[in-house]
Amino acid sequence: MNNLIYLDNNATTKVDERVVEAMLPYLKEEYANPSSMYDFSKKSSRAIKEARGVIKDFVNAADEKEIIFTSCGTESANTAIRGVLNYNKTKKHIVTTKIEHPCVLNVYKTLEKQGYKVDYVGVNSNGELNLDELRNIITDETALVSVMWANNETGVINPVGEISQIIKSKNPDTKFFVDAVQVTGKIPIDVQANSIDLLGISGHKFHAPKGVGALYVNSKTMITPLIIGGHQERGKRAGTENVPYIAGMAKAAELAIDNLQYEMTEVKRLRDKLESNIIKKIYNSRVNTGIAERVPNTTNIGFEYIEGELILLHLSDLGICASSGSACTSGSLEPSHVLRAMNVPFTAIHGSIRWSLSRFTTEDEIDYVIDKLPSVIEDIARISPYQKELQTLKNLKN
Amino acid sequence: MWDYSEKVMDHYRNPRNVGVIEDADAIGTAGSLVCGDQLKIYLKIKDNIVTDAKFQTFGCGSAVASSSILTEMIIGKSVEEVKKITNKDIADQLDGLPPEKMHCSVMGYEALEDAFKNYEKDGYVSLDKIQPKEKMICTCFQVTDKVILDAVKTNGLKTVDEVTNYTKAGGACGRCKSEIQKIIDNYYRDIKNDSKSNMTDTQRILKINNIIETQISPELVKDGGDIELVDIKGNDIYVKLRGMCSGCKNSTMTLKLFVESTLKNALGDEINVIEVK
Repeated sequence: MNNLIYLDNNATTKVDERVVEAMLPYLKEEYANPSSMYDFSKKSSRAIKEARGVIKDFVNAADEKEIIFTSCGTESANTAIRGVLNYNKTKKHIVTTKIEHPCVLNVYKTLEKQGYKVDYVGVNSNGELNLDELRNIITDETALVSVMWANNETGVINPVGEISQIIKSKNPDTKFFVDAVQVTGKIPIDVQANSIDLLGISGHKFHAPKGVGALYVNSKTMITPLIIGGHQERGKRAGTENVPYIAGMAKAAELAIDNLQYEMTEVKRLRDKLESNIIKKIYNSRVNTGIAERVPNTTNIGFEYIEGELILLHLSDLGICASSGSACTSGSLEPSHVLRAMNVPFTAIHGSIRWSLSRFTTEDEIDYVIDKLPSVIEDIARISPYQKELQTLKNLKN
Repeated sequence: MWDYSEKVMDHYRNPRNVGVIEDADAIGTAGSLVCGDQLKIYLKIKDNIVTDAKFQTFGCGSAVASSSILTEMIIGKSVEEVKKITNKDIADQLDGLPPEKMHCSVMGYEALEDAFKNYEKDGYVSLDKIQPKEKMICTCFQVTDKVILDAVKTNGLKTVDEVTNYTKAGGACGRCKSEIQKIIDNYYRDIKNDSKSNMTDTQRILKINNIIETQISPELVKDGGDIELVDIKGNDIYVKLRGMCSGCKNSTMTLKLFVESTLKNALGDEINVIEVK
C-alpha cells in the first residue's frame, strides 16, 4: 500500500511529470527574456504565444488576446474585480455570494470600506445558490456580479450560464466575473457559451505548479491593470513573463483536456464509491450537499458529535490527507463560512471533512480509506460527551 | 499543520482516563457543541483526595490532550492542590501548546473550576468563599469576565488577540473586544496602583530590591554585568552598574529599555532610574 493517500486535491494537486518535463527547457537552457530582440529569445517568446493559444482553447475564448497570465488564482481575481471597478468608477454596487473563496470575499470586504455596496447572495441547505435573490438584487447601479463556478469546500456547481442570462436581462452593462479555479480539469469550461466577461483560473489546481494562473478578459470588457510596469500582457499585467511556469500550465491544460472524460466518469465513480460506503458504514455521517450537482472529484461529509481536526490528525497517522472546515484546523475560531451559509446543523459543522480526488487517485486508495475510516470515527466518537445522542443515531441507522 | 509537541500527540492518540464515573462526586463542564469544543470531567473525591477522574471531550487534538493530561495531573492529589492548577500548568505539562490553541488548556481549567463549584454547592465540604457575580463578556463563546481576568493574570496576557487565543473571547463577531481591552487595562492599572499606594516605604523598598534581584540582575549577569540598588528617593531609583555593564557603551540603553521598563511595569510609569557612577 502506498503510504500517502492524497485526497486534498481542491487544496492543491500533484504536479504531473509531463508538466515538469515541459518546464525544464525554460528553467535550463532557454532562459531568454521573451521581450528581447535576438534569436535566442525566440523559443521563450514562442512558448508564451503557444501557451496563450492552449489556454484560449482550454476556456474556449474567441481570441488569444483575451488571455492574461498571472501568478495565481488570487491575482486573477484581484485583477478582474479591481480592474473592472477602477476602469469605471461611477457605479458602486457589487453582487457576489456568501460562499466565495476568501481570496474574493476579502477583496469585497475591503471594497466595502472604500464606499462600495456589496450584496452577498445566499445558498440553500444543499449549497445551491438562490437565483431569485440574485435576480432581485441586480440594479442599474450594479457594476459587477461575481460568482464562483464551483465551491471549493462542497464542489457544488453554480449554473453560470443561467446566471449570465439573468444578469444581462437585468442590466446589460453589468460585468460578470467567474472564479473558475475549482472547475478546471473537472468539467468543460466555455466562456463564450456561458457569456462570461472575466474568468480566473489557477495552475496548481490542475497539476501545474504553484505560482501561475490566468485571467480571461472578454475583448468587450475594459480593465485598469493592477500591476503597473512594462508592456507585458498587452499592458494589462506588467512583469517579465514567468516562462517555465506558463509553459507548464499550458501542458497541464492540454493534459486536463485529454483527461476530462476520465475525470467525469472514473474519478466520479471513485468519489461516489467513497461517499456511499462512508454513509453506509458510518452511522453518524451525512453528505452535506444533499442532491446538489457537484464537480466529479469532491464530497463533503459531516460526522456528527465529533470534531474535524481530530479526524484529520488520526487520518494523517494513517497517511491519509483530507481537509476540514472546522474552526480548529483553520486557526480561526469559527467554522467554515460556506457550511454556515448552508446552515449545516451545528452537530455536524465542526466534524465536516472534505475529500477531493484527482486522476491520480486509485481504487486501492479509496478501498483503504473505506476500510480504515469506520474505526477512526468510532475511536473519536468513544470519547465524545454526546454518547446518548450518538446511540440514538446508531439506533436510527440499524 | 499545527506544531504539536510529542506529548500532545501521544495524548490525543492514546487518551488516558476516557469515560464516565457513574457515582461521581463532582462533574464539571466547559465549552459547548456550538463553539466547537466541549469538555466534561468526572471526579471521585474521598477524604479530600481526588481518587479518580475521567473525561469526555468533543474537540480538536489539543482539547483531547489537555483533558487527558489534566486527569493524570489530578488523580491522587488533595482538593486544595488540584484547585491551584492553572491553565498554564496544563499547557506546561504538555510541553506547550500553539498560541492559537491555549484556549484548550483554559477549557480544562474551567471544567475543573466548574466541578468544584458544583461539589461545594452540593454541600460536600464547607467553604466560606462566596462566588462573586460573573458578567458575560463574549456572548458568542460564552466567556465571562472572571475567565478572562484569570487568563490575563495566570498567563500575563497583554493584548486582546492574546486573550482571544487563550479564551476564544472576541474570536467571532468581535463586538466585545473593547470590553476585553478594558479588563486588561483595569487589571494592569490595579497592580500598578496596588504597588504604589498600598505599600509602606519598607514594603516598597523590599519590592524594588526583589525585582532587581530576581528579574533584572540575572539578565545582566548573563552578559557579564550586574546591578546594585543604591538609594530610593520618591520615584527616583538610584542604581550602580557593575562588571561589564559599567562603562559599557550600551549602558544607557540597558538602563532605559530594560531596567527602567521592568520597574515601570511593576511600579508605574512615574518611576525614574538614575545611574550612579
